[in-house]
Amino acid sequence: MSQEFRIKEKGYINRNKLINFKFNGKSYTGYEGDTLASALLANGIHLVGRSFKYHRPRGFFAAGVDEPNAKLQVKLNGHSEPNVNATEIELVEGISATSQNCWPSVDFDVGAINNLLNKFFPAGFYYKTFMWPKSFWYKIYEPFIRKAAGLGVASTEKDRERYEHKFEYCDLLVTGSGPAGLASAYAAAKSGAKVILAEDKHRFGGSLLMDDVSIDNLSGKDWADKIISELKEMPNVTVKNRSQIFGYYDHNMLVMFERTGDHLEKKSEFTPRQRLWYIRCKEVILSTGSIERPIVFGNNDTPGVMLSSGAKEYMKVYGVLVGRKPIIFTNNDSAYETAIEFKNNGADPLILDTRKEQDSDLINEAKNKGINIKFNHAVIKANGYKKVKSATIGELSEDKTKYDNISTIKCDCICVSGFWTPSVHLTSQSGNKLKFNKEIDAFIPDKSKQNEITIGAANGSFTLHDSINAGFHAGNEVSKKINNKNVDVQIPTVTEKKHNTHDKFWCAPLPKNIKAKRFVDFQNDVSVTDIEIALREGYRSIEHVKRYTTLGMATDQGRTSNLNGLQLVSNIENKIVPEVGHTTFRPPFTPVTIGTIVGREVGKHFMPTRLTPMHNWHIKNNAVFVDAGAWKRPRYYKIGNENMLEAANREAKNVRDKVGICDVTTLGKIDVKGPDAAEFLNRVYTNAWMKLPIGKARYGVMLREDGMVMDDGTTTRISENHYHMTTTTAQAANVLSHLEYYLQIVWPELNVNVLSTTEQWAGAALAGPKSRDVLAKLFPNLNVSNESLPFMGFTEGDLFGVPARIFRISFSGELAYEINVKSDHGLFMWEKIMEIGKEFGIQPYGTEALSTLRIEMGHVAGPELDGRTIPYDVSLDGMVSKKKDFIGKRSLSKSAFNQSDRQKIVGLVPIDRKTSIPEGSHLVIDKNAKLPNPKLGHVSSSCWSVENNNPFSLAILKDGKNMIGKKLFAVSPLKNKSIEVEVISSHYVDHEGKRVRS
Amino acid sequence: MLHIKCPYCGIRSQNEFAYGGDASVKRPELNKDVPDKEWDDFVYNRKSLRGKHIELWHHVSGCRQWFKAQRDTATHEIFKTATMNEEI
Ligand SMILES: [Zn+2]
Repeated sequence: MSQEFRIKEKGYINRNKLINFKFNGKSYTGYEGDTLASALLANGIHLVGRSFKYHRPRGFFAAGVDEPNAKLQVKLNGHSEPNVNATEIELVEGISATSQNCWPSVDFDVGAINNLLNKFFPAGFYYKTFMWPKSFWYKIYEPFIRKAAGLGVASTEKDRERYEHKFEYCDLLVTGSGPAGLASAYAAAKSGAKVILAEDKHRFGGSLLMDDVSIDNLSGKDWADKIISELKEMPNVTVKNRSQIFGYYDHNMLVMFERTGDHLEKKSEFTPRQRLWYIRCKEVILSTGSIERPIVFGNNDTPGVMLSSGAKEYMKVYGVLVGRKPIIFTNNDSAYETAIEFKNNGADPLILDTRKEQDSDLINEAKNKGINIKFNHAVIKANGYKKVKSATIGELSEDKTKYDNISTIKCDCICVSGFWTPSVHLTSQSGNKLKFNKEIDAFIPDKSKQNEITIGAANGSFTLHDSINAGFHAGNEVSKKINNKNVDVQIPTVTEKKHNTHDKFWCAPLPKNIKAKRFVDFQNDVSVTDIEIALREGYRSIEHVKRYTTLGMATDQGRTSNLNGLQLVSNIENKIVPEVGHTTFRPPFTPVTIGTIVGREVGKHFMPTRLTPMHNWHIKNNAVFVDAGAWKRPRYYKIGNENMLEAANREAKNVRDKVGICDVTTLGKIDVKGPDAAEFLNRVYTNAWMKLPIGKARYGVMLREDGMVMDDGTTTRISENHYHMTTTTAQAANVLSHLEYYLQIVWPELNVNVLSTTEQWAGAALAGPKSRDVLAKLFPNLNVSNESLPFMGFTEGDLFGVPARIFRISFSGELAYEINVKSDHGLFMWEKIMEIGKEFGIQPYGTEALSTLRIEMGHVAGPELDGRTIPYDVSLDGMVSKKKDFIGKRSLSKSAFNQSDRQKIVGLVPIDRKTSIPEGSHLVIDKNAKLPNPKLGHVSSSCWSVENNNPFSLAILKDGKNMIGKKLFAVSPLKNKSIEVEVISSHYVDHEGKRVRS
Repeated sequence: MLHIKCPYCGIRSQNEFAYGGDASVKRPELNKDVPDKEWDDFVYNRKSLRGKHIELWHHVSGCRQWFKAQRDTATHEIFKTATMNEEI
């Protein structure tokens, strides 16, 4: 029969819209406005999963975010998501859910054998058992744990959904739309403050949807609806449902996710599935309400056992009866409302109250309705495996540690209420300490650290009157702070029932002859015995007990278990709860999908991409690109079936033999201007800069203050007070910050300005013996002879109408020029060079060939300048001035940098002249030496030398100066290679540097 | 995420800034003999204090100015920011 537990004409669901869904392969129906949980319960389904450790059958325990059991694998819109809380997901057509952590099915789960072996799974089981023998870890223990710990299954497919991020600012953010939240949002909004009200559920109103109260002669729900519709009309107010604030960060930054897509039957491709909000608030009101606490008893995890408030919500909001013969087990008055609601809907409830016989509005109403109440009674254990069938109950002795009469009573559900716990997660995240309130036996926020206040049930005020008053008062305080005025609104009159004091009864004692597990934390399967064991084994700090037993460490953050755990520890230790203390709450309050956190920053949007003006030409000419920071650089240009090495070798050889062209737009460029520019460069670089003439370039090395090489590059004096500095692609941003630091902080007296011009210029390097011939044809009016434009010379020219800068600098060791034009003309320049260079055999070359050329020459680059090398180490000590001071100079006199066996750059060739040496290989004397084998250095850069036609590498080697001619082993455990190598000079070609000056 | 008031641009989110360390550190003058200890204190030795700390921030994704901030390292409260010329 379909939806046999649906109550007629109750709840706020839309009965005109039937919705089909699947659970564990079977088809069911529910209504629009249901959650997956309420729809399953309407169909009489309680068993939804198996527990984490013991694979015990588990059912719905709550109706909201506090649910610890009903985590399902949910398929919707073609994607599958694990660990979805069935109580939080709205029912939509076509949704399909399956149970997790069970095999082959939730009804018959092989893993349930763990339950029979439970003696072997005590607290700290993982720590104790899997420690030895050590060799068992990888092959036996880890795979076992991974399999056993499987909750849901993460999808291996690409997430096709769209997720978005939004940044928002407001005067006031109110979290939660219960009575306190609504009152405060309303009051503050009336004063004109910019207000955001966030409610995690689909319906606004919080407890007003369930409680039997009236406000200004309206029912709680009607009052909530009225306030919400007024708020929605106000232009200064944003009202958001399906929106969970899950993180409270510094400086009143709160983070929220909004479920924007999953509840829609049809959504456009542009509708995001979820939206992440970063909200910066002047003021925050935390009206997050409270969560009902269970009382712990035997087999309290049996399906059919649930929170009394959950049962009430299913009846009132969803029109679903969770049982026809319920037992209400309580230590306070609030559960009586649940019993009365059961009775009103034709069920036959029995109330077990741990308190002495007494009277109150609610108790009397229950009595008048003819509900059977047993005072001084407790549930000892639930009976039934996959569903509660009966309860073993007992009459409590005077001291409540024993039972006088024990009997068994038939029932089909047990609704438990152990009083209320304020939801203090967000206030704790904001940095506030919590204080223990003895009247409610729970923690409430202490002083506010940020501009925030907690009100209502979250602050331990459990009456509607107090919540509404606190709400209006807090809203008024905000309006005074923001708009400097009092709000003119009338506080409504409230009718509610007065409750008697609750009983400090948290855990039903278990008589010796009754065997049952009593669970404190359902999601992580932590029982009373586990906590006892942890304490017996000497764990005292509550933080240690938490980690040893895993109490409160599951995704539900111990919402229903923390306080019961603390009460247990305090009873056993004979301490009061505040002495035991509490654990810290951290974001996120509830699980957040990775997709939401990532937002649109996926794939090519992960970070911005920087393209040079010649990018499309490179694509057309079969360039294979490599990422250089945010830049895309051609790595090589593929011809035919060439592989990378073949292409790079061809390109490099063409440079050595003829002429090549390389896109060097990505090099960092910084304009250094001002009358003190020369003095500044003189302090920044290790070499002398005071006498550089206009129209000349100079190579420079800059250090950090600790003496390590920071970057290198050429700087050209364009005019009297104008220098053009270049940096490596990777260090461009760091160098600019470094220069700004010295100009703004250390030497503000220097009259110099620096500005990045990287993107203003397109650059092409023209390299090879034929490069002058190409240049001469590019600039027919310019004298490009060695005398007119010598090595390190600079001139400006006219490139077919486009102004160009020509630098005679070389990175490849060949005769070379670098031509810069304004970015807009980059492609024009490139195409002109290719056109004119054709007769000289010009070919483009990429970063692989570029590396080959510089490695052969022994030019250092990023792999050598890794922040751990001083100028001596990379043979740049010739660049270090002895006469003047500069950044980092003082460090170079440190003793460690002047030891005779200091590391130094060397060249390496394999003895067989064939095997290439992997970069990162360690250099050792004896490859078979006992571990740890002393490491003498490492291979920093490797290439195939096109000049000598064999592999060649650069390495940083201890005592490198005296190692030339020695034989070593380059070992790479990563590549499982060890290669015998010979140490040679780092300059493998053109030792005298003749070519660049030719 | 912190909210930082750049003395030039106003209040901006932390992700526009780069942290620059203790603002009280002074670089030894150029062309001066600096004893080892003084140099090491400048390059390496920093206090890791709990409480009020005067530090440097760089508005890298904004005006590119370095400035000073007085911040509590435990609570992250920022009491004051100032340009490099101003006292804090
Ligand atoms: Zn700024």
